[in-house]
Amino acid sequence: MRVDASTPPIPKSDAQTPAAPVVSIRGVNKIFETGGSESVVAVQDINLEIGANEFVSLIGPSGCGKSTLLRLIADLLTPTSGQLLVNGKPPRQARLGRDYGFVFQAATLYDWRTVSQNVQLPLEIMGYPPARRAARAREMLQLVELEKFGRHYPWQLSGGMQQRVAIARALAFEPPLLLMDEPFGALDEFTRERMNMELLKIWGKTGGTVIFVTHSIAEAVFLSNRVVVMSPRPGRITKVVDIGLPRPRTFETREDPRFFAAVTDVRESLREAYGA
Amino acid sequence: MSEFAPPLPETSLARRALARLRYYLPTIVVALVVLLAWELIVRVFNIRQFLLPKPSSILAAFGEQQSILLDKAYNTLRSAVGGFVLGSGLGIGVALVTARWVTLRQAMMPFAIAANSVPIVAFSPILFNWFGPSNPFSWMAIVAVIVFFPVMINTVRGLTLVDPRALELMRSYAADDFKILFALRIPNALPFVFSALRVATVLSMIGAVVADFFGVERATIGKYITQESASFRFQNTWAAILLVSVIGILFYLLVALAERMVMPWHVSIRKPEA
Repeated sequence: MRVDASTPPIPKSDAQTPAAPVVSIRGVNKIFETGGSESVVAVQDINLEIGANEFVSLIGPSGCGKSTLLRLIADLLTPTSGQLLVNGKPPRQARLGRDYGFVFQAATLYDWRTVSQNVQLPLEIMGYPPARRAARAREMLQLVELEKFGRHYPWQLSGGMQQRVAIARALAFEPPLLLMDEPFGALDEFTRERMNMELLKIWGKTGGTVIFVTHSIAEAVFLSNRVVVMSPRPGRITKVVDIGLPRPRTFETREDPRFFAAVTDVRESLREAYGA
Repeated sequence: MSEFAPPLPETSLARRALARLRYYLPTIVVALVVLLAWELIVRVFNIRQFLLPKPSSILAAFGEQQSILLDKAYNTLRSAVGGFVLGSGLGIGVALVTARWVTLRQAMMPFAIAANSVPIVAFSPILFNWFGPSNPFSWMAIVAVIVFFPVMINTVRGLTLVDPRALELMRSYAADDFKILFALRIPNALPFVFSALRVATVLSMIGAVVADFFGVERATIGKYITQESASFRFQNTWAAILLVSVIGILFYLLVALAERMVMPWHVSIRKPEA
């Protein structure tokens, strides 16, 4: 386990032994058979360990397999070969054990449910009693500062607000791991920067491990302890950049020379990945 | 759904009624103009009663025949509603079963679509033969057969045309098929089901009247229409058609109202943003 100077300010007092990685990926490949004789190597020979309470971003150009990698961790896809462990278990066990929350690029809220009912969805599926569900939804909506919108329908909220509901929903059952697939990719830059701040604030309160897929260099650097740089097809990890920026990160962080240095570092790694 | 509350502030009742009226005003104006033109054309060109009666004579005929018409309409409506409930109930039921078992659905859908293109009304004599020429159930069965396929096919579409990410979300919660059905597939299917049901109301009225034509002598609108037409009392035929249409529209509106109550969240029903 690496010792990182920039672990979150309020780490969760969790049962995770600091030595055990939350996600451990060894020699993982994923090949898509695209009908006929064609096949696409989506990710190749991935090796990565992610520790408890880390915030790790996966970055790379479109089609580099970063979303595929996230879906492999989530057991929404199965690796063609290699070993993948989530909380020390095979991904399928981790999924059945509800070890992670997933946030998609689109908020994917259910139209027929109010905001509060959307947040309660996983709790309903997992059989929480109704009173506890409602209380938990209130708590979560407070966390994402949408407590006044519980009775609204998703279409009555802006894109940024909808995505905050999706985050509240993913965190509702307190999963130790949060998987985010370009959650702010559809938002404008100002909203995105605000959402980045919000996310760090939420993470500061909840703790846990976050794996965050993005194609924005600034976003990856601002949020993460480590940025995993991936090359286009076949998707490979070409470099892992440590981001030494102190926490808590604020709007000033984006103007810090160290921030620019880190952005440059990631950008150069990406360029090398392209060249490879 | 207990915590559902109207998300937007309600405007006053009077203002909403006024807005409603303004919305429907063009339709009302068009209807009045058409009726007036009809009346005038028949009078001016002296078109004979049995070719095209004046709206005023149709209305007069309706007033005169009212109790007979309503009596017969009751029987026809009963066939329509009975068949509607039977046919759409079966359609939804079969859809739920086939949505669960993919192979069964794939095996059955081509037949369902093929059957849907058969002029079902032509089977009426066969159904009367099966269930008895004077058994009210025969009428309902004819309507049910007409209603069944569109409801079934639309429900299957609604249950299966689900956003793949919404399904991935369920998978990430390790939800079983049963929970996915109730929390995702069924709510997703509701708009499809209701648009099929709205079509089915109209189909069931048509089916009931056609069944009347084929059925034995019975106090029904279909039989009334054949009799009055045979005696050249076409104003009465028109009055019967008018009544059946009005009943059909009311039936349609009833289902549309149910739709609003069941899914206030749907795009087609959303109120404009405040």
